[in-house]
Amino acid sequence: MRNEHSAAEKIKEISGTNPLKCMKCGKCSATCPSFNEMDIKPHQFVSYVVNEDIEALVNSKSLWKCLSCFACVERCPRDVKPGKIIDAARQLVVREKGGDYLKADEIPQLLDPELPQQLLVSAFRRYRR
Amino acid sequence: MQRIGVFVCHCGSNIAATVDVKKVVELAAKEPGVVHAEDYQYMCSEAGQAKIQEAIKEKKLTGVVVCSCSPRMHEATFRKAAERAGLNPYMVEIANIREHCSWIHKDMEEATKKAVILARAAIAKVNLNAPLQPGESRVTKRALIIGGGIAGIQTALDIADAGYEVDIVEKTPSIGGRMSQLDKTFPTLDCSACILTPKMVEAAAHEKINIYTYSEVEHVSGFVGDFTVDIRKKARSVNMDKCTGCGVCQEKCPSKKIPNEFNRGLNNRTAIYTPFAQAIPNVPVIDRENCLKFKTGKCGVCSKVCQAGAIEYDQQDEIVTQKYGAIVVATGFDIIKLDKYDEYAYSQSKDVITSLELERIMNAAGPTKGHLERLSDGKAPKELVFIQCVGSRCSDDRGKPYCSKICCMYTAKHAMLIRDKYPDTNVTVFYIDVRTPGKNFDEFYRRAVEQYGVNYIKGQVGKVIPQPDGSLLVQGSDLIDNKQILKKADMVVLATAIEPNPDVRKIATMLTASIDTNNFLTEAHAKLRPVESPTAGIFLSGVCQGPKDIPETVAQAGAAAVKAIGLLAKDKLTTNPCTAKSDELLCNGCSTCANVCPYGAISYEDKQVNDHGIRETRRVAVVNTALCQGCGACTVACPSGAMDLQGFSNRQIIAEVDAICR
Amino acid sequence: MKYSYYPGCTLRNKAKDLDEYARASARALGFELEEIEDWQCCGGVYPLGTDEIATKLSSVRALNQAKEKGQDLVTICSACHHVIKRVNDDMKNVEDIRTRANNYMQLDEPYEGETTVLHYLEVLRDKVGFDKLKEKVVNPLTGKKIGAYYGCLLLRPGKIMAFDDPENPTIMEDFIRALGAEPVVYPYRNECCGGYISLKEKEMSQNMCQKIEDSAKGFGADMLITACPLCKYNLNKNASSELPVYYFTELLAEALGVKEEVAK
Repeated sequence: MRNEHSAAEKIKEISGTNPLKCMKCGKCSATCPSFNEMDIKPHQFVSYVVNEDIEALVNSKSLWKCLSCFACVERCPRDVKPGKIIDAARQLVVREKGGDYLKADEIPQLLDPELPQQLLVSAFRRYRR
Repeated sequence: MQRIGVFVCHCGSNIAATVDVKKVVELAAKEPGVVHAEDYQYMCSEAGQAKIQEAIKEKKLTGVVVCSCSPRMHEATFRKAAERAGLNPYMVEIANIREHCSWIHKDMEEATKKAVILARAAIAKVNLNAPLQPGESRVTKRALIIGGGIAGIQTALDIADAGYEVDIVEKTPSIGGRMSQLDKTFPTLDCSACILTPKMVEAAAHEKINIYTYSEVEHVSGFVGDFTVDIRKKARSVNMDKCTGCGVCQEKCPSKKIPNEFNRGLNNRTAIYTPFAQAIPNVPVIDRENCLKFKTGKCGVCSKVCQAGAIEYDQQDEIVTQKYGAIVVATGFDIIKLDKYDEYAYSQSKDVITSLELERIMNAAGPTKGHLERLSDGKAPKELVFIQCVGSRCSDDRGKPYCSKICCMYTAKHAMLIRDKYPDTNVTVFYIDVRTPGKNFDEFYRRAVEQYGVNYIKGQVGKVIPQPDGSLLVQGSDLIDNKQILKKADMVVLATAIEPNPDVRKIATMLTASIDTNNFLTEAHAKLRPVESPTAGIFLSGVCQGPKDIPETVAQAGAAAVKAIGLLAKDKLTTNPCTAKSDELLCNGCSTCANVCPYGAISYEDKQVNDHGIRETRRVAVVNTALCQGCGACTVACPSGAMDLQGFSNRQIIAEVDAICR
Repeated sequence: MKYSYYPGCTLRNKAKDLDEYARASARALGFELEEIEDWQCCGGVYPLGTDEIATKLSSVRALNQAKEKGQDLVTICSACHHVIKRVNDDMKNVEDIRTRANNYMQLDEPYEGETTVLHYLEVLRDKVGFDKLKEKVVNPLTGKKIGAYYGCLLLRPGKIMAFDDPENPTIMEDFIRALGAEPVVYPYRNECCGGYISLKEKEMSQNMCQKIEDSAKGFGADMLITACPLCKYNLNKNASSELPVYYFTELLAEALGVKEEVAK
């Protein structure tokens, strides 16, 4: 069990964001191309950190659905950067032992001959420590 | 030796909670020259002032130090009190132990130490103070209003009704301003023109009001009560006395493809034009940049068709110089450019418009004759989406950090009017918060929802996506349902943030009036002096001071008028005696001081001087105390130390510094 | 004109053609891409964590090599460009990252973001000039209706990438025009293709790529161009493939008449 307070602080530190700047306009969720795949929505990333509800956040599917496409960061009128917050939550998970979302032995069956190297490299960076 | 009294204020707990006031009294009493020291809960109260007056009389005080709040707050209060007790008011000094001390420190010991030091410095200064006598300056009984919108018009009418001469300077060819572009006004839905044009006519007909349209303020000098202003009357190319306003020139003008500013560029105008039918004056101007006669030398159609012979191609700009006692800034606002908000597809689709463009579309005199239609294909929209807070409340560098204040209400107005006139058109509003503080405002907004069925969705829009079939897809949040919505729309209206008229920076500089980071003019006090600029004699009317709607603007315009009238009603003003003074024995006539003086207060005279028995004629600096504002620039610029500021002499300031460093 | 050049791993492998067309076109346009020595993979994604240093070092090495040669650093792959440009911004503006990265690197002289990072398209726009490019075109692509697909990596975050207006970019459209073809503007051109997510969440990427293709097709595009091998892969694999997707360099080489040279 994580200490919820220190985990929330860690997320703020890693992401370099201040969730208190949020004015709850929902533009991030209005922007997100992965919105429908997410259980916790982009605008909620912010409130989960403010409310220190980190256990729920790090167990959320959303960690693995965010594309880091930065549309929410670009359009956020308050410079809150929800995309960075969810990435920091993902970091908390993958930095822990056994937290990898992509296992090495999964890879052979996911490969296809045209798959660019860039894809594997990126997936490794995002999904594993 | 002075006999100084020190009065330490608790300011309730504002000072006393952080500063040990008893200790300040105890230590101040030991300072040189101090013969009396006491503390009191509220020194600015009647009882507190009485304590000061009593001590002046009983202890025969020659100087007073009040340790209290900022001198901007109560210096005048305490000086007046001392004067009533027979002391020269300039023998009173304030030690600011609130803003400079108790409010910004937490540790009592540290704060007390600092308060004592500040008191010591003030005491050291008073020891060197000398009584000063203020002079007098005259008041020109005429006011200048910069900007001819509803704010400027209302201020002008109120001042003129009080019997003073008023000039309005308006940059565009007609008065009327932003309000003349509006269709209806909230919360009573009266037609904007119906309530504005009578006021325009009243201003134009008023015997005390003189209107300079198509004119700009070019230069301002002088000071409160006695400003001198150059006004550039741009060449109109039409003789205002001869023109009958028949409009034939505009009908016949062959240059018809110039974007019509009044209609926000939604249609075109001619090169000779009046901005709108009810323009005042009803005299067109020739837009020389777009006129064939001025561009190519050929044409001259307007001159040929003008029965009155009013067209004058050879007119020149004219500079009018006029004196004023008071100046009111009423420069208004514009909406921000949307080039940083391309996610809303404003530059990509003709059917994404601003609310101000919608005003023109809804207006019977507008580009679509008041019919609500898409600008792309002229079709009536069946689904309309409003997006709120576009560029307002943004802390990034794309928009403005403030709430534009008027958008919630005008959107409710637009939504209601459209639902009323076109019942089969659906209206959706994406909002973050609905802000309706104002009399009958929330009721108005609720009416849009409850009676007119306007669909309000709480959530911002992320992107407006033009579709190949010409419609628009609005991708937004519904935060209540926690959903991302894709809403098909025929037309999207953006509640675009407002910003002060960009010209205001230039004008503020001319007036030495201060301006905030958003280019709104700063008021002298946010709560207690909201219509005055910190620069004496400059008043603020309308949105140039901050976002406001029409009722607020008119109220503030009246308030600014009252303040200006209060000034114009005086025959003479007491001038500040803290002016510069040159020691003619030290002055070498180098002109450095005159070069740095922003008020043109320093001149040179050849004077007979007696320098240690040597009599000779020298060129020396002389300060015109009526013009000098006591800024002190000359005293630091003077290489020979001849220039000194009365009330803030070099000796006094050094004594303060010494006292602090002791 | 000589530029330092960072090709990146995919351009040495699955996207060889993206690289070869670019080099051939550069020669035709009179500039040279000098591949930096011993470059290492950029990692594909920019490490967002403010505390991540090691994952940024390969970019710093490349940037520092360009600095030592006194050259601007050119990239082509959107991902490499994104990562290297952002790391460069960190090195220039984020003191903590700069200090710690330099502590690792132990360079003769610390690297402080001195290098200018240019995308190949920026070289065409800002150094060669689209007017000049137009003059060099020998086979104008007249009649082709081309949709530019930007994706996310080149544009966002707009302030750091400083590539173009992130919501309404024009650089690729201007490029298409310079080649004699007709650009097709469509609103999904800056929406994400799904990126690496297509590895494990294919459906998501299919959803996104189909929207992109439908939008481009709806506005009349016959084909799409991109700068990114992953975007190209996703658009090919995860949409109905009704629109062919090309690397922008392939069309460039074709217009400049050097395509055959590469084929050989």
